[in-house]
Amino acid sequence: MNPSSLAALAGLALLASTAVSAQTISRGEVIASTCFTCHGTHGVSPSTIPSIDYIPAERMIETLRAYKSGQRYSTIMGRHASAYTDAEIVEAANYLAGLQKKGK
Amino acid sequence: MKQFTRREFVKLLGAGGALSSVGLAGCQTTPTAGSSTAASATPVPAKAAPRVVVIGGGFGGATCAKYLRLYDPTLSVTLVEQNAKYVTCPGSNWVFGGMRTMDDLTQTYSALRDKHGVNVVIDRVVGVDTGKRLVTLAGGKTVAYDRLVMSPGIDFRWGDIEGYDEAATQIMPHAWKAGPQTVLLLKQLQAMPDGGTFIMSAPPMPFRCPPGPPERVSMVAHYFKTQKPRSKILILDSKDNFSKQALFTQAWDQLYSDLIEWVPATSGGKVVRVDARSLTVHTANGSSHRGDVVNIIPAQRAPQLAIDTGLANASGWCPVNQLSFESTQVPNVHVIGDASIAGALPKSGHTANNIAKMTAAAIVSLFRGVPPPTPSHVNTCYSLVAPDYGISIAAVYRLGEDGSLQGIKGAGGLSPADATPQQRSQEAGYAQGWHKSIVADSFG
Repeated sequence: MNPSSLAALAGLALLASTAVSAQTISRGEVIASTCFTCHGTHGVSPSTIPSIDYIPAERMIETLRAYKSGQRYSTIMGRHASAYTDAEIVEAANYLAGLQKKGK
Repeated sequence: MKQFTRREFVKLLGAGGALSSVGLAGCQTTPTAGSSTAASATPVPAKAAPRVVVIGGGFGGATCAKYLRLYDPTLSVTLVEQNAKYVTCPGSNWVFGGMRTMDDLTQTYSALRDKHGVNVVIDRVVGVDTGKRLVTLAGGKTVAYDRLVMSPGIDFRWGDIEGYDEAATQIMPHAWKAGPQTVLLLKQLQAMPDGGTFIMSAPPMPFRCPPGPPERVSMVAHYFKTQKPRSKILILDSKDNFSKQALFTQAWDQLYSDLIEWVPATSGGKVVRVDARSLTVHTANGSSHRGDVVNIIPAQRAPQLAIDTGLANASGWCPVNQLSFESTQVPNVHVIGDASIAGALPKSGHTANNIAKMTAAAIVSLFRGVPPPTPSHVNTCYSLVAPDYGISIAAVYRLGEDGSLQGIKGAGGLSPADATPQQRSQEAGYAQGWHKSIVADSFG
């Protein structure tokens, strides 16, 4: 396979992943949708509660883990974060981090 | 460069049944149940968009209509609501504390219509033919659906309290559906002389917004303390305990000292009869109390439309499959929000918003012929005890092996009992932020 075929394949793979993601609603998206009630649709908050659409995944994962362990002070986020497994935190953080790129 | 055929492409990627012809061909074919066969080389013929009708424009119905369109902009979504404007129940207690006006709480459906492409119909539903899948409106029109979402809220068990009927609500308001009833109760409290007594009859479980009655008492107490300090509040409860009880009681002792008296059911708190004319309530143990302002919050059930559609069981509420919220009694009809039996989820605006999202995701998946995603629900109930004193309860829920939604152990819970005044003040700020956010997420 020559480089242009590879490029075409990469493009098709991208297209396919778009097609697949249009079909299924991921666990990260489902969990993130429950964040939106307080943090705003697509993570853009209209209120004094912070927006969460601009936070890089690594930082979000670290923050949620710190809420979960109690290392980071919160009024309520510790009570929420302790409900999620590490894998769920990673998937939700990755989904949230991709929101601005999608232009949502 | 080699041109991939669709078949080769699919093989190459090893895609499962979830890959549809839609993304590949780039055409506008609407995905429908069973149309997404990966190996099929023939283009799927264009079909009409699947139609979802949502009845009821509260937190459940509005959120469901919006998220159906966000998840799949090809869906035809019609929201039928009888009132052009909606007053949020959350925040309506704050009106009694002088912290909000009715205008602050009033929503329209313009964003759902203009921004999200929901077909908003302001009309009253008179019947649903679940066989023909037709909703009949009072105006005479019918609306056809492939799937129906009913988010009808609550109604009252008229007759449980003798003498408390529709006419009596004009003298002893329930104010448990925000709107004219809220205004009536506000005016009565404002007209009450200093030194008067406010009586609240609190309902038995299950009912809409478990922390609502003690929050209302708190807001009225704040009003009395600042405006009418010789007045008293008497809570006659049909239960022996109430939501966030330790936190409320602690705050009441601290802020309102002996202004509030709470009588549990076993000590004579259960109201069984009222005489609206004399503003008198009678309890199960034979005692009677006369108030200057009397707020009766009756026992509740799913509204008549849900019952007439065959969705409610003997409990008065609607059993559902708690994954998709599809009725276990009527196919293709989903019941969401307060009217549904949703495991451990309390009947709140927050859970209605989350149920609506899980239901929207399930409906979109069912149309596409893929399994609904595993649901995750959150509830956060903030209460204001005073303008700068907030408390909360939170929980995250998952589907248990028995098919019912259960709170995740080791997570959630109440605000700490030993919180500092700064923390109470922070939570009061978040309570108001929560209202603004959930309103925008549901109606904006």
